[in-house]
Amino acid sequence: MRPQDLLHFSLKTITSYPTRSLLIVLAMALGVAAVIILTALGDGARQYVVNEFSSIGTNLIIVLPGRAETAGSFPGAVMGQTSRDLTLDDAHWVGRLPQVSRYAPLNVGVAELSAVGKLREVTLMGTTADIFPIRHMKLSQGKFLSSADENSAQIVLGAKIAQEFFPDGNVLGQRVRLSDRRFIVTGVMAVQGESMGYNSDELVIIPIQHAQTLLNTTSLFRLLIEVRHHGEIDNAREAIRQTLIRRHDGEDDVTVIAHDAVLATFERILRALTLGVAGIAVISLAVAGILVMNVMLVSVSQRTAEIGLLKAIGTPAAVIRYIFLAEAIWLSLAGALAGLILGQAGSWALRLAYPQLPAWSPLWANFAGVAVAVLAGVLAGLLPAIRAAKLDPVDALGKR
Amino acid sequence: MIQLSGITRIFHMGDQAIHALDHVDLTIDSGEYVSIMGPSGSGKSTLLNVIGLLDRPDSGHYLLDGRDVTVLSETEQAQVRREKIGFVFQSFHLIPRLTAAENIEIPLILTGMPSTERKERIAATLQAFNLSDRAHHRPAELSGGQRQRVAIARATILRPTALLADEPTGNLDHRIGSEVAALLEALNQTGTTLIVVTHDRELALRARRRVAMRDGRIETDER
Repeated sequence: MRPQDLLHFSLKTITSYPTRSLLIVLAMALGVAAVIILTALGDGARQYVVNEFSSIGTNLIIVLPGRAETAGSFPGAVMGQTSRDLTLDDAHWVGRLPQVSRYAPLNVGVAELSAVGKLREVTLMGTTADIFPIRHMKLSQGKFLSSADENSAQIVLGAKIAQEFFPDGNVLGQRVRLSDRRFIVTGVMAVQGESMGYNSDELVIIPIQHAQTLLNTTSLFRLLIEVRHHGEIDNAREAIRQTLIRRHDGEDDVTVIAHDAVLATFERILRALTLGVAGIAVISLAVAGILVMNVMLVSVSQRTAEIGLLKAIGTPAAVIRYIFLAEAIWLSLAGALAGLILGQAGSWALRLAYPQLPAWSPLWANFAGVAVAVLAGVLAGLLPAIRAAKLDPVDALGKR
Repeated sequence: MIQLSGITRIFHMGDQAIHALDHVDLTIDSGEYVSIMGPSGSGKSTLLNVIGLLDRPDSGHYLLDGRDVTVLSETEQAQVRREKIGFVFQSFHLIPRLTAAENIEIPLILTGMPSTERKERIAATLQAFNLSDRAHHRPAELSGGQRQRVAIARATILRPTALLADEPTGNLDHRIGSEVAALLEALNQTGTTLIVVTHDRELALRARRRVAMRDGRIETDER
């Protein structure tokens, strides 16, 4: 029997039993669609998180004073204390590295803000103008620290604070007191909510020198650095570390974290999650495979007389096996294809319903779904095919 | 040429052994027309199945055209069936979802014949069996006589040396039955060995050689 005749013969059998065939195809299709939609959901969630992180900046490097390691190099390490400060001068030196496009030193503290007879405690952040592009923060009005007047006593208020102190909206140019120092309000931040542990709506920002004086410190809390190209991040990290070691008399007493590392961890977790749901979906494919096996077994017993006849006219057992296997393959191929279409339609509907979720199933999931479906179909077809080939022709012909 | 010697076939029913064939010796020459008669359970169908290589004897030797076919593997036996033997059954055994032409086509497909050549052979065969206008009908749409003609066409399209018919007229009325018998006899006239198993006395008497069986043994063998 030639392969094309085999395929034609088995295809004709399938179309002769439309209800039976449709049920199998449907079962297979649902399995494949489950794989595709679930991985689309998982991968969409991963993409969503990656995008969120990228909005903070994937080119970001953070320098902390002190070694965040358990090694007993010096006892203060665990407490975040260090023998040598990370200074503003350190920051300027790092800023001159060729890989660095922007940097923002950071000091954070708490102080009392008072104006127009009102008083409240606020988190204050001392930094430079570059913090805005680095952290993707925006002002709703005014400006902050153009480099010309770096040392002037200006302050930017968080949206909520501005609203509390100046409900009439007339904020710019107002005088406020932070602890015992006077500042002029030059800007108001746009509403942003929580980000990296701070609620920027309840934050005030002042120039770094003023913050250090106010908080009576010379050590930076953090140094945020933006690297020119994402590819340079490892190289830049090393350069920053070397610069700081040199300035700290050869002592490696800072921690340099690439923001990437955090993102990578999240990606790993979500990828594992996607694989997990894909695994669950594969189980549904296996169930579909067992359904194919059941229906094929019933089909073998229904067609006993036909198998007997095929044997009587000299069909070798191997060919009978191929005929039944080919049927299983046709059915699972059709199911896989229908599932592919159904799955893509489902992912499309998901994207329509949740536009912020990029629910595209990854390519591997499409391939794996189809491959597993066909494999399950073939494996499920194997037992019925073997059973059909083993039938005794005399017995088989006796049945009607 | 079919040569059976000492063929024994035993079936087990519970703890009872039934000798369906008990040391049967039978030689049938090419082109013969043989009827095998006997009551139910006399072993006549088993004999036909052994001759047609559908059943293996428990002992004895079977030479088909001088070759011992009892020792062949299942695949080799399938090939012998395909090339040398045609079966005709009481209940026709047509595949219900295939048309008359498609049913006749199956043996040709099995040989791996290209489809253009198959089409010609089928057209010629349908013509010869007067089935041309029924080519695209399914078995359910055919009369009993037409169904058996399709079955005979399928059995003979590869020109087997022996045509084995098991109660070929059993499901047909008298007139149609004798038409089918005449068709089989016409094929025998062209040189095909014809072996008919029946318990219809009238049909059996048409054969030139008549074998009667009882309890797994050959009782009479008349020429």
